[in-house]
Amino acid sequence: MTRKSRLLAGGGVVVVAALAVAFLLMWKPAIAPVDPPAPASFDAQTRLAGARVVALGDCIVCHTAKGGKPFAGGLPLATPFGTIYATNITPDLETGIGNWSLEAFMRALRHGVARDGHLLYPAFPYIHFTRMSDGDISAAYAYLMTREPVNAVAPANELIFPLNFRPLLAFWNVLFLHPGVQQPDASKDADWNRGKLLVDGLGHCASCHSPLNLIGGEKSGHAFDGGVVDGWEAPALNALGAAPRPWTQDQLVAYLRSGRASEHGAAAGPMLPVTRDLATVPEEDVQAIATYVLSIQKAQPVAANVSTAAQGGSSPEAQRGATLFAASCAQCHGPAAPMQSIGERPTLAFSTAVNAATPRNAIQMMLSGNGWHGEDSENYMPAFSQIYDDQQIADLAAYIRATYSQRGPWQDVETTAVRLRKENNAR
Amino acid sequence: MINLTVNGVQHALDIDPSTPLLYALRNDLQLHGAKFGCGLGQCGACTVIVDGEAVFSCLVPVSSIGKRPVRTIESLGTIEHPGPLQKAFINHQAAQCGYCIAGMIMRAQALLDRNPRPTERELLEHMEPNLCRCGTHTRILAAIREVAHLPAGDATAPTPQRTASQGGAQ
Repeated sequence: MTRKSRLLAGGGVVVVAALAVAFLLMWKPAIAPVDPPAPASFDAQTRLAGARVVALGDCIVCHTAKGGKPFAGGLPLATPFGTIYATNITPDLETGIGNWSLEAFMRALRHGVARDGHLLYPAFPYIHFTRMSDGDISAAYAYLMTREPVNAVAPANELIFPLNFRPLLAFWNVLFLHPGVQQPDASKDADWNRGKLLVDGLGHCASCHSPLNLIGGEKSGHAFDGGVVDGWEAPALNALGAAPRPWTQDQLVAYLRSGRASEHGAAAGPMLPVTRDLATVPEEDVQAIATYVLSIQKAQPVAANVSTAAQGGSSPEAQRGATLFAASCAQCHGPAAPMQSIGERPTLAFSTAVNAATPRNAIQMMLSGNGWHGEDSENYMPAFSQIYDDQQIADLAAYIRATYSQRGPWQDVETTAVRLRKENNAR
Repeated sequence: MINLTVNGVQHALDIDPSTPLLYALRNDLQLHGAKFGCGLGQCGACTVIVDGEAVFSCLVPVSSIGKRPVRTIESLGTIEHPGPLQKAFINHQAAQCGYCIAGMIMRAQALLDRNPRPTERELLEHMEPNLCRCGTHTRILAAIREVAHLPAGDATAPTPQRTASQGGAQ
């Protein structure tokens, strides 16, 4: 053998080995389909436990289209890489997970692999669900397999090349999926450990409340630093002391269970349905979540954007905003409004959105409001997108910020309003 | 001066720019169709059409209207010649106390102007913001369905009985 041919052969071996590794990573076997298990084969206790698990996992929020049947999928999720449609997880044989065994269901939650072996997109938070216990996964399976089967095919995903080629997800998983059940930390109490399991695992809070990197993974070292989802800011969960009134355990529990916290405001946007789910689980679960969240606070630098200079709404924008506020907002948000004197709603001065670093959530709230949800009208606010143009929304934002917050004025408010309105209309 | 175009007529009003549109309509223009209900944008009794959109006039300052045309129920017909929606509301006896009706009709009108043949779901979603405390929603919806060429809907819903005494006890 000449030196050249030996080099060629060696190179060939490396290429073949790399291909073999890639193939092993990308190829997952199918798990044999099963006959849909009879609902009676699951005992009532397990199904009940499953209802709690599924509520804590917020499964219904993503897996139900607007106006659609529960768990039948079809809800679009806008990502920087295109639109993904949530799948049908009812036990329908053709279009749902009716022929999935518990083994297949467990592999999907732990490894992001569908029953037939194709890789699932990480919009499905398997990197978090992998922390769940076998018992919780089995209970969720029992609950979902005893739902009403719905025959519904989710629309095809609209993703950019090459991300529409699912096997590439295997390399994403090497970076971001660290499979394994959560091991309890013996130095902490049971409440804290339960909270960590719910926040990091089942509740997958970090999916929305963390910034994402260029390839859609949660930025390493920035868990709970806050993110953006569906056009709304998901605030940092590790800076709860930076609010005008620092969050307390009781306020967090009340917020997560009722969608409203005194001294902070009301849940809106994608967080509102999460609170509706958490209203159905035992309070001890939410207490555990609050315990854990309060334990992950970062030391706060003195907030740079707190202005000690006199605020006052003297800018032309704020003056125009004052007129609009008097007619449209003061009935509820003015100092003497019954909503505050009788309804015990917090003043805008404590509002998370009004004190945020960007005007995003304040603008979203004005544009979209908080709609009716059947009889659940607790946090209702009318939408103003049809009433106000972008400049008027910006004027209102300028007025509210100057009047109610101690922090400096927001920048680029009108361009943000233009952009958010456009994004909302496209959604 | 605040300039408003209401039902095709231009008005110049010397009023506070933060006055809600509803007050200008009722107090300055004597258009008493739109009602003050909650003043919080929760009931819809004050609904009028601004530039094609159904809005809560109790929440809209007159200074924000600009050149956008305002339409109120007075533009839809008269007692002698009611418009199609008004006629249908009468036929279906959709009013109990009547307080919400002007708002209901204007919200429905906004939908039908944009989409004369809505689906049942579009109709229900569109009408959701407006409330009727007497609970005549089924008759209100039946009246709108008639104008929207939708099937009568729920078979148990009351059907129009033109021979019944108008507004009498039923």
